[in-house]
Amino acid sequence: MTLLSIRNMKTDIGQYAVLHDISFDVPEGGVFVLLGRNGAGKTTTLRSIMGLWKPSPGSVLFKGEDITSHHTADIARKGIAYVPENMGIFGTLTVDENLILATTSGRFDPARLARIHALFPALEQFRDKQAWSLSGGQKQMLSVARAIIEPRALILIDEPTKGLAPSIVDAMAGAFREIAQTTTILLVEQNFTFARSLGRDMAVIDDGRVAHSGSMEDFAADTALQDRLLSLSA
Amino acid sequence: MTTQIATQNTGTYLIKGIVLIIAALLLFAPFLFQDVRSLEVAARICIFIVLVASFDLLIGYTGIVSFAHTMFFGFGAYGAAILLKEMGPGWTPVILGGLAGVAVSLVFAVAIGLLSLRVKAIFFAMITLAAASVVLVLASQLSQITGGEDGITYRGPDLFKTATKLVTDDDGKVVRLWGVRLNGKLAAYYFVFFTSLILFLAMLRFVGSPFGTVLKAIRENEARAEAIGYRVVAYRTAVFCLSAVVASLAGTVYAVWLKYTGPATTLSFAIMIDILLMVVIGGMGTMWGAVIGAVLMILAQYYLRDLMGVASEAVAAVPILPELLAPDRWLFWLGIIFILLVYFFPKGIAGTAMSGGAKQ
Repeated sequence: MTLLSIRNMKTDIGQYAVLHDISFDVPEGGVFVLLGRNGAGKTTTLRSIMGLWKPSPGSVLFKGEDITSHHTADIARKGIAYVPENMGIFGTLTVDENLILATTSGRFDPARLARIHALFPALEQFRDKQAWSLSGGQKQMLSVARAIIEPRALILIDEPTKGLAPSIVDAMAGAFREIAQTTTILLVEQNFTFARSLGRDMAVIDDGRVAHSGSMEDFAADTALQDRLLSLSA
Repeated sequence: MTTQIATQNTGTYLIKGIVLIIAALLLFAPFLFQDVRSLEVAARICIFIVLVASFDLLIGYTGIVSFAHTMFFGFGAYGAAILLKEMGPGWTPVILGGLAGVAVSLVFAVAIGLLSLRVKAIFFAMITLAAASVVLVLASQLSQITGGEDGITYRGPDLFKTATKLVTDDDGKVVRLWGVRLNGKLAAYYFVFFTSLILFLAMLRFVGSPFGTVLKAIRENEARAEAIGYRVVAYRTAVFCLSAVVASLAGTVYAVWLKYTGPATTLSFAIMIDILLMVVIGGMGTMWGAVIGAVLMILAQYYLRDLMGVASEAVAAVPILPELLAPDRWLFWLGIIFILLVYFFPKGIAGTAMSGGAKQ
């Protein structure tokens, strides 16, 4: 069943046309990976889905409902969480305040908080610390934890491994596998090894267009295609 | 990092300790400083703490720059003043006038907020400046209602008359406590003190609530706040309204205390600049900073001239210095002190102390 459907999306930022024609479907469950070179339009695609940039023309259908013209806050309230590339945490707030901000009731569900602390023990250790004082990896953990503090239908995650130590990347992969058992993840990633280990379906964006889409298994097996679309051997 | 956080905690305790001492001094001010001027200064400090703290809700907690704060202060003051003048002394005109001031402030705040809080910060600031200018001109020109440039003089509730005896002895004379007459003036001061205290504690409670956390998130990054489900314009308008209501109530209290309301005491841009300086000196986004900023600025405004007179006499034998320290140059030295404070405490005194000088 399709959870998110992007149809002929075109997004301009100022006078520059960044996305020309983006169409793909994200099925419910598992991890869907968006791959592509730097500047291909992956982040713009996620921001357009969240309504932070308005696509015109084109449409974003979430659970069959057209959310293209919806306000960003309303899109978030519909159950789509966004973990931006720069982590998007609030540095002057404590770890717990960052988490509680993402709850609709202003209270923690103890079971979910316990699950988050089990996934990311550092967040329990530093729960009263201001977020700016965390390390880069801990900030990324907080950013992901905020996305799962309440049940979400879809989490958009933008390059979560960027600049992280290999051990943190491994921990993050484990966390994503667990999260994906209950929530659909749309992951933008340049680290192909990381993406391949998680993704079930995928699409490659090149120059603001979808250059390829299909299963990750098939794409991983086709090194010539990878080389052409991602320049992995370069 | 551990050292930095320890410094941060020490700074927080230090600032809270200083604020507690200030609160204690204000509580016992009529007994500690037994002259009219000191009581005037203490009452002004109480009211300006509320006014500056309510402005801090905007600029410090939400990142909104508004020049209309004295306009809301004026609405509250003029509401009480006009009704006290028309209806005579009593609590009814104070309550009705206060409520009218709050109602007018809310109407203006909602209109300005919804129309302009979605535009860029600079446009919002300009719109608030324009609104405040229009209200200032109107207050000066609608002299039949507002008293024009001369303002309105009136009597407050009878309880606050100096002749009112709060406690009398067997001979019917007013009782003195530690040398202070328990009369209406004392009651008026404690009305100002406790109203200001309640309003300040309410704001402190508000910024510690989940709503206050959302405001801090909006101040840090609007787009991030929206991406987790908060409508920034709605929150900004709500805090703009709250800040306007508190400023308006502070205006009503000030009107009751002064028994005079005019453009110079409530609506002038000189007061707006004072509020800005107090919040910058004290530290934005801390609430405690409002207390420190208001105390320092008002003490400087009232006593720097006297202090410089003493200093000038003390260095009379030294060339040039007496000229430099002449009491008439007090504004020049206030400016120098302000520049030094901004240089050494870029986040304000409370802001710098509470962050332990940390870069965020």
